[in-house]
This record gives sequence, structure tokens and C-alpha cells, in this order.
Amino acid sequence: MSQLQYFLALVAGGLSAAAFALSFATPLEQGLLLKAFLGLGFLSLIRFYVPLGLWADGAFALLGAVALLTSVGVFDPTPSFFWIALVVAWLFAWLFVERLSKTLAPRLSDNGGLGLLIPVVFGAALLVIWEVVTRGANIPPVLLPAPSMIAAQLVNSTPILWADFVQTFIKSVLPGYAIGCLSGLIVAILVDRSPFLKAGLLPIGNFMSALPIIGIAPIMVMWFGFDWQSKAAVVVAMTFFPMLVNTVAGLNASSIIERDLMRTYAAGYWQTLMKLRLPAAGPFIFNALKINSTLALIGAIVAEFFGTPVVGMGFRISTGVGRLAIDLVWAEIAVAAVAGSAFYGVIALIERGVTFWHPSVRGGRA
Amino acid sequence: MRGASFMNRTLPILTVLLAILVIWYAAAIGMNASWQTRLNDRANLVDVPFTEFAMQTWAQDRPVLPAPHQVVGEIWNATVALEITSKRSLAYHGWITLSSTLLGFVLGTALGVGLAVIIVHNEAANRSLMPWIIASQTIPILAIAPMVVVGLGSIGVTGTVPRALISMYLSFFPVVVGMVKGLRSPEAIQLDLMRTYDATSWQTFWKLRWPAAMPMLFASMKVGIAISLIGAVVSELSNAAGGGLGVRLLTGSYNGQTIQIWAALFIAAALAAVLVMIVGFAERMVNARMGARA
Repeated sequence: MSQLQYFLALVAGGLSAAAFALSFATPLEQGLLLKAFLGLGFLSLIRFYVPLGLWADGAFALLGAVALLTSVGVFDPTPSFFWIALVVAWLFAWLFVERLSKTLAPRLSDNGGLGLLIPVVFGAALLVIWEVVTRGANIPPVLLPAPSMIAAQLVNSTPILWADFVQTFIKSVLPGYAIGCLSGLIVAILVDRSPFLKAGLLPIGNFMSALPIIGIAPIMVMWFGFDWQSKAAVVVAMTFFPMLVNTVAGLNASSIIERDLMRTYAAGYWQTLMKLRLPAAGPFIFNALKINSTLALIGAIVAEFFGTPVVGMGFRISTGVGRLAIDLVWAEIAVAAVAGSAFYGVIALIERGVTFWHPSVRGGRA
Repeated sequence: MRGASFMNRTLPILTVLLAILVIWYAAAIGMNASWQTRLNDRANLVDVPFTEFAMQTWAQDRPVLPAPHQVVGEIWNATVALEITSKRSLAYHGWITLSSTLLGFVLGTALGVGLAVIIVHNEAANRSLMPWIIASQTIPILAIAPMVVVGLGSIGVTGTVPRALISMYLSFFPVVVGMVKGLRSPEAIQLDLMRTYDATSWQTFWKLRWPAAMPMLFASMKVGIAISLIGAVVSELSNAAGGGLGVRLLTGSYNGQTIQIWAALFIAAALAAVLVMIVGFAERMVNARMGARA
């Protein structure tokens, strides 16, 4: 066991003992599972005589999470040993992850599903802490709703969420993203033929992609009206410059010797472009596509703050805050996060298929 | 040498800028034309010569697209010609935005570097944190920024801090990603050399990893400070009384004051450009101190 693991195990066991002792102040049958968990945590100190497998720590963490979730409403007010138990459960999860990653470390490339388990445990721990703290400490839902409330809202207002999703994602984000990326790509190819234009446009393109382009949202709303066209226009403006800059850089990625080879084949400009330079620019183009996938969603949602028909994610978020329907707002955020991650994931998958030859993909990480 | 760099670098940029200016003026005529024609019809002005018509489209009160000189004039009026404490002064609003940008940027960089150090030194943290840090950026925090500001306001946290938190959330991400890459950039052979010196991990960090990460840190900080500013502008949207460039955008949008919007936009853009330049300047200073060839 490493020093950190030793320390974690010691603190987790010690704190369970303390919390176990404190828990006798309440009637025995209240939160029985939680007390059992604390007792077992106390017993885990025997690991300093008898080694415990890492799955035992995983089981402790899981039991702790279940015990905490089932007994969160039982006590009123929430006693101190409950909070200590939360810390203990988190420590066991940490210890489990720490030991798991140590065992996986020698097998860097091939760890299949086990490697995925670590971030999943971390995410689940975060959700459990969020749920337990918001309910245990009676945090007003207006401030921060519990995950269970958000999940309930997700199920209850599916039609609203779906309508907002269609308005914002299907109508604004996707066309804007397609137009912005495509025009960036085309302009980059046009510019590429003239070194003079390239020298003039590139610094300005670089500069523009660092500027707060999102600020043009009110102007676009004035020009293109309240509906999805103005949001798509914002998305076009936001996605154009990253695509331009990356593609121009990518078109220079093929080496001179490769271009000379194409010349010895008597390949024309377009043949060189299609067969050598565009494929070589693939990683750069996909980099822009990935950056733009998150930018596009943000642009469309923020643009809706400046005026919108009565549907759309940005509209729902801003009015939800006004009506203090915060759980609906969080449900909307969850939808946006899932949509954004899925969009990014799809682009990354396509990238893996198209630029399979590139070192960053060959290593198995995209 | 100097002449060549002018021909190869400055001249193309100036040409493109000039072209943008020309297109802009031309577009202003086209986009403002229909409203100007209606105005002229009402005033019974017929057969206005084209030059005069063009001048009219460049001088409207609420143009669809204001001409560049109108925007510059508004910026001048709202900064130099006004008391700095005036609520209409862009310098006043710019300062509000700048202060939360800077605070958020400093916090975000500190958080990003701290996380990167943990991630580089602990495999469990690497495996558990990294995917969630990436996933966290697909949450459109910018979209919920106004809500976060309102939420924090209801528990008594108001002023610069909540807006700076949004900037922090946005700017820590590029710093984490860049710093992790940078801190890992020393090659195995260099790390082995440190081991032969019997260097502690603390010494390896300060004498090898940290200097090696500097180029990545500065590259990330340039991205980070630009998006800090975006975060600050968007987080201002919810609180019209708080001021800031975002508020100018919003009120301009509600009142149809296009020139005001463009002026606020240009100030924000200039602010972003200056901030990125300052980081770039710091980068060159550090590089020179470290003996790198600029």
C-alpha cells in the first residue's frame, strides 16, 4: 500500500469508528443501514492485519452510498454522524479508485471496462454528495435542486424540453454549424491560393476568434428577427473563424517533399488538394469541428437571451430563472449537456474513422 | 529586412482591413437604404443624388448597420467626452467588465494549474478528473451564467465575485488541458537524469516540469483570458443595475440603439485584444528570462 492509500484507509476507518460511537445517541432502528455501514467501516481497520481486496473498498463505498441515500430523510435535524458517514463513504470511494488505478497502471493500453469504472465512480460520488447534501442540509430547491428533483422534472416536462431542443438544436445550431464550418472551409481553400490574402486574413482571423463574437447576438436579432434565423446567424459567425484558421494551418501540414511527389506525378492543383492536402488537413479540420460543436450550442442559447419566440432552451432558462422554476432550468441544462456531449462524441467518432492514420488517433485517444 | 517584413506582413493586413472598411461602408448604404428611402419619401425629397443619399445612410440615428465613423464617434463620446463615473460612460462599464474578467482569470488560472499539478502526480486523479473536466465544458455554463449570478445573489454573494466565478469556470479549462500537457512534456530521458541526480519529486517539479510547461501555460492563458472576458460579458446580462459591457449590449438591444451596441462590442473587442497582447508580452519576457530564443 502506498502512503496515500495507507492514510486514506486509516482516516476512513477512524472516522467510521467515531461516527459509529456518535450514532448510539439516536434510537437504534433509525437509519439502521447507515449504522451497519459505519460499523463495517470500523471493522475495515483490520486491513492492517488482514489484507482487504480493492473490491471490498468498492463494496464499502457502494453500501455507504445506498445507506446515505435511504436514510437522508429519516433524521431531523440531520445529526453530525450522518455528515461524517458522507465523508467516510467518499473516502472509501477514493481509496477504491486509487487502488484500482494503481492496479491498472502497468497495463496502460488494455484496461477495457475497468478504466471506465474510475470516472464513473467519480461522477456517481459527485451525484450522491449533491443529492445527500441538498436534502440533508435542506438547501432550498430555488438555490440548488437535488438531482432526483431534476430527474423528475426531466420526465414530467419531456414535451416542453423536446420542443425547446428542436427549436434550439435542430433549427438553430445544426444549420448554423453546417453553414459556418462549410463557409470557413471554402474560404480557407480560396485564400490558400493567394499568399498575399493568406498573410492578410490569417492574423485577422486569429484575432477575430479571440474576440467576444457572442456579443453580436443583439445585432443579429435585429437583422434576422426573433426566430431561429438570427440564432443560426450567430452560430455561423462564431464557427466561421476557428474553421478558417484551422483549415489554413492544416492545408500547410503536408510537407514540401509530399507536394513535390505529387508534382512528379503531374497532379494538378485540385488533384493535389483532394488527394493530399485536404486529407493531411483532416486533424486540423476536425479540431475546428470539435471546438465549434460546443461553441455553436452556447452561441444559440445565449442569442436567445436577446429576444426569441416563446420556445427554445435559452428562452426556457431565462424565464425559468425569473419564475424560480429552477428544477426546470436544471433539466434544460441536463438536456443541453447531454446534447453537447453527444454532438462532440459523434464528431470525435467520425474523426477516429476518417483520420485513423494520425498518431493522436493511433494511440487510441481522440 | 524591415522593408521585406512590411511587404510580407503589414501590407497584406492593411489591405484586408481596408477592404473590410470599404465593404462595411458599402453594406451600410445597402442595409440602411430602405429606411432612408422611406424617410425621404415622407419628407417629399425626390431624386436625391447618390452621393447625398450615401451620406444620409451613414448618418442615421438608428441605422440597421451603423457606419464605422458613427461607431468611432459613439466610442469617443462615451469615453473621452463623458465623466468617467457617469452611468453612460463606456469607460465605467468597461472597468466593471474588466475587473471581473481579471479576477476570474486569476482564479481560473490558479485553479487550472492546481488541478494540473494534482492530475500529473496522481494517476487516480488523472483517470477520474480528466473525463469530467472535459465533460464539464459541454455544459453550456455561459447559458446558465445569468442564473448562477442570480442564485449566488440570493445567498448574499453579489458584485464582482459571482461574475468572476463564471469567468473562472470558463478559463480554468484551457489552463488545465495545456498545463497537463506541458507538465508531461519532459521526456523520459530527462526525468531519468533527474533521478540519477537523486532529485526529489519536488525538485523535479520546480527545476524540470515547471519550466518545461511554460510555453503551454502561456498559450493556454491567451485562450483563457479571451474567454474570461466573454464569461464576464455574458454574466452581466442578468443584472441590469450592475452595469458592464453586457448590460450596454442588452439595453441597446431593447431600445434599438444599434450604435450603442456596436460601440460596446468594439470596446469589448479592444479589451480582449489588449488583454491577449499583455499575456503575449509577459510570455516574451518570461521566454527571454529563461534564455529561449524569441
